[in-house]
Amino acid sequence: MAASTRDVLIRTGATTLAAAADFGNFWRFAGRTFRWLSVTLGSSRMWRLVIPECMEIGVRSLPVILITGSFVGMVLAVQAIEQFRAVGLEEQMGAVVNLSVVRELGPVLAGVMIAGRIGGALTAELGTMNVTEQIDALRSMGTDPIRYLVVPRFLACFLLTPILTLYCDLMGSLGGWFVSVGLSDVDSGPYWEFTRDAVDAFDLVSGLFKSFFFGGAIALISCFKGFHCRPGAEGVGQACTEAFVASFVSILVLDFFLAVFLQAVSNYVYGFRPLL
Amino acid sequence: MAEVRAQVQRDSGRAAVETAQIELRGVSKRFGSLEVLKQLSLRLERGKTTVVIGESGTGKSVLLKHIVVLLRPDEGEVYYRGERIDHLSEMELVRYRQRFGFLFQMGALFDSLTVAENVAFPLHEHTNKSSREIDAIVTEKLSMVGLDGLQSKRPAQISGGQRKRVALARAIALDPEVVLYDEPTTGLDPVRADVINELIRRLQRRIGVTGVVVTHDMTSAYKVGDRIVMLDKGRIIADGPPDDFRTTDDPRVRRFVDGRASPEDLSALDE
Repeated sequence: MAASTRDVLIRTGATTLAAAADFGNFWRFAGRTFRWLSVTLGSSRMWRLVIPECMEIGVRSLPVILITGSFVGMVLAVQAIEQFRAVGLEEQMGAVVNLSVVRELGPVLAGVMIAGRIGGALTAELGTMNVTEQIDALRSMGTDPIRYLVVPRFLACFLLTPILTLYCDLMGSLGGWFVSVGLSDVDSGPYWEFTRDAVDAFDLVSGLFKSFFFGGAIALISCFKGFHCRPGAEGVGQACTEAFVASFVSILVLDFFLAVFLQAVSNYVYGFRPLL
Repeated sequence: MAEVRAQVQRDSGRAAVETAQIELRGVSKRFGSLEVLKQLSLRLERGKTTVVIGESGTGKSVLLKHIVVLLRPDEGEVYYRGERIDHLSEMELVRYRQRFGFLFQMGALFDSLTVAENVAFPLHEHTNKSSREIDAIVTEKLSMVGLDGLQSKRPAQISGGQRKRVALARAIALDPEVVLYDEPTTGLDPVRADVINELIRRLQRRIGVTGVVVTHDMTSAYKVGDRIVMLDKGRIIADGPPDDFRTTDDPRVRRFVDGRASPEDLSALDE
């Protein structure tokens, strides 16, 4: 019994140490990425590497982001319309749907979709390069793999996640309008008037502000997992799963802390703002 | 007389230090509970080709990666031309690594680039040459490995042997002082393997490249090596010119050189 307790303690200790080392390594990795970013940001060679990543991360992600945004808006409207109609507030649907989409659902769901589509691809690509010694080959040629591989992907993700979020917001808004006005006979004029009264520029900017952090976190986590994956196809597969889970959790955690921060800023600037 | 002898020893010692391009002193490396290198010391002379042989898993590739500090020793030190390099940061190592070429076991070509882009990669990274000059160098290096004409192919479109030869062209693109070859002839047909052996010899003779070749192929080892070092369980068990290996009586070296399994190895088959 004593031996079994000792084994459990040893295993717990080893797992805790490994997790702490992993966490420390991640921040060292992030630190090196930011250092190279500061050195290479003005270089045209760096931007030549960023453009193909923008194509992959931005243009090729657009269809899935548009679909996600439109269905989020439609589902939100379907769920809410009966309740609002029951209390005679159906014309205020626009305020609720658009505020939810712009502040929360757009940035978070766009982030989750990017984590799934791009995060997994980044981890798989870099993980394969790692296990086939391509990353070692870069280092052996005097090229820092973080500068060459991570910084362009980080920049592309960081800059394009907010743009994709804008598209997600737009489609969410149109989806909500389609269900409310097109299928549920809410008047279009009051729908947009209440939206204009409720949704402030600050709401849109706060959603986009969050998405910069989500994009940066997805890129850093996915690249880190790719760089540190175990050998073999199984190692790469496991790294992809871990990258998605870690990116997803980090989006939710970041969302909470940024929501608290942005709410405090909103209260400071505008005071209390009633939703309805 | 004793003073003269001591002076001679001091002079020869100094000469050895001056000609040593790379030196590993007491290097140990462990992966988890597995100790791969054990207090290994090795001095590699400038302009010579040293061949490292040994059974699979004895630390040959790990040794190669320590020379260019892709792996850092747990204990011990690595010197390049008398300067300690194993403790330098990745940014500080860049200027040293430009002097090395590394042929990886599986080639390690960049999948997303064409053959020409792979060979041109170090030239774009570390020189200010024009595109025309780079193209000319790429053609020259690919011709040296017998692959001129494959410039526009992707690594996935060429055979394993061709990939290895493209990787060799990339390794020598910057005309490095030191080339590290990890199993350069594995996966090649005997004729092509001989071409690669001849290329290694010419690089050494014509431009004085210091070579370190990790191989299991004794034909290649005898052909390219000025010196052969045999590793066993992370330690050097034999070190000398190729002729010593041809005539050695050491049973462990003899078995490896002749390609004969030990009775213990064969007993595993009976079980």
